[in-house]
Amino acid sequence: MSITIIKPGIFSTIQDSGRKGFQHLGINPSGAMDQLAMQVANLLIENKADEALIEFFYPAPVIYFNTSAFIAITGANFCATINDIPVPNHHPIFVPEKATLRFTQKITGHIGYLAVQGGFELNEWMNSYSTNTRAGAGGFEGRAFIKNDELKLKASSVQKNEQSKLQVLPWMADTQSLYQLHALRYLPGQEFSRLSLKAQQFMTNAQFTIQSNSDRMGYRLKGPDLTLKKPLELVSTGVTNGTIQLLPNGQCIVLLADHQTTGGYPRIGHILQADIPTLVQQPPGSVIQLMPVNIETAEKINNRQRQYLQQLKNACTLQLNAYHRH
Amino acid sequence: MIAHIYALGDQALTIEWDTTINEIANQQVLYAFQYLQSHPIEGITDLIPAYSSLTVVYHPPLIQKQAIGISAFEWLKQKLTGLLHAPSDDIPATTPIVVPVCYDCSLAPDLAAAAAFAGLTIPELVAIHTGKSYKVYMLGFLPGFAYMASVDKAIQLPRKPNPSESVAPGSVGIAGPQTGIYPLDAPGGWQLIGRTPLKIFDLSLEQPCLFKPGDWVKFEAISLNSFHQFNLA
Repeated sequence: MSITIIKPGIFSTIQDSGRKGFQHLGINPSGAMDQLAMQVANLLIENKADEALIEFFYPAPVIYFNTSAFIAITGANFCATINDIPVPNHHPIFVPEKATLRFTQKITGHIGYLAVQGGFELNEWMNSYSTNTRAGAGGFEGRAFIKNDELKLKASSVQKNEQSKLQVLPWMADTQSLYQLHALRYLPGQEFSRLSLKAQQFMTNAQFTIQSNSDRMGYRLKGPDLTLKKPLELVSTGVTNGTIQLLPNGQCIVLLADHQTTGGYPRIGHILQADIPTLVQQPPGSVIQLMPVNIETAEKINNRQRQYLQQLKNACTLQLNAYHRH
Repeated sequence: MIAHIYALGDQALTIEWDTTINEIANQQVLYAFQYLQSHPIEGITDLIPAYSSLTVVYHPPLIQKQAIGISAFEWLKQKLTGLLHAPSDDIPATTPIVVPVCYDCSLAPDLAAAAAFAGLTIPELVAIHTGKSYKVYMLGFLPGFAYMASVDKAIQLPRKPNPSESVAPGSVGIAGPQTGIYPLDAPGGWQLIGRTPLKIFDLSLEQPCLFKPGDWVKFEAISLNSFHQFNLA
């Protein structure tokens, strides 16, 4: 009952909803960059929404299934194939034993997810399975996958179904409305008013390009140099997933899953939690648009997204129950 | 300044007592931090004490359940308003954690230059650094990295203009009034004046971080020989 990493891909790790409760010790949260794709993958196969799964970039891993499994692939579309047969994202899929999963081409998005029903057999570190590569802890041996890693699966319900051939179940999760097609929304931060008026004006409808030196710690945004009214010396304070920091060179960085717990750069804004998945799925070179909203609007948007996920969960359960009865 | 609470995005808020490194504000931070640890509010997932502010991270749906008719942020802000007046009395200093440090140029790349900058001999600099206890104001930057203060004015050193790409774990540094120990191999811009053989971050322990906010730390000079013997014992 395991899978083997035939090729590791560029940076494939185990992630979940993140490590909570230890930031006062400088232990950062980690976790899946795209929390929506993580949840959808799990909901499709009736896992709990934050079951640990594999997060990957392109080049993606090649994975061999030593055993049959029930899986879902979400997030970026990297043209998945199983035994060279194309399989779609956002569907539950029965994988026969001795099958090989490959990703052949980067089509849309930037980060992919693979969830397996029942989850992986791993040791928890500080209440989470997320990989913290800096600390060398959590996930699979505290690191990104390397060739020949063997990952055990927890007891899965597949055995009951005795699947011997590849099967893509006919329903899919429609995630389009979870992602933002137009501007990404942000809450102005504590130092927003310290920006020059010109910079504030720019931030009401800002365009940035995501730079290539972006990673799980943060996405660097290329835009006009933003200036402050006057120089600012700040003492370190807490920062969070989505915080937009203004760096000394006038450029911005959006802090993401592997961010440090504290920082001393001006916080000009915070991307809405609801829009972080859209941001992280933009590959370097993409142009993004930012638009400010207030906290009440932000909470409404986040709530709508949660309701949609709840409906998706109910729909997945109904479909699977109907399928099993059939 | 007047203490206040502001939103740090849509899942965190910050209670800010001051915007400088100062003892009084930090006592309020630690009071509020310890208060919320012992009186947990459902939905709060993380507390991040800093020099003069406390960031409270929350799971909005769990807060929203308790907030009737107002936003989750507004509800939590009101709930925490009382902490703005957190007492700044001295929390009794705990027995300092003694940290052995080898101040030897072979382990401390910036020691000689630091002494020269301060106009001191190396033994004088070491005597001043080991001459007092330091308070852990906050942790951040890396797992287990404690920001300690305040370093005697005579040995306050600026950050290096070009940070080192790799600092050895256990390296003891100074940056302005702060001193700290690198728990992991990491890039860093503090001036490195010594190195401890202690593990500041130890994955084999259930509680991997040696320090927590509010601890007191005293450095004790050891010889190069003791440093090398330390982990063999």
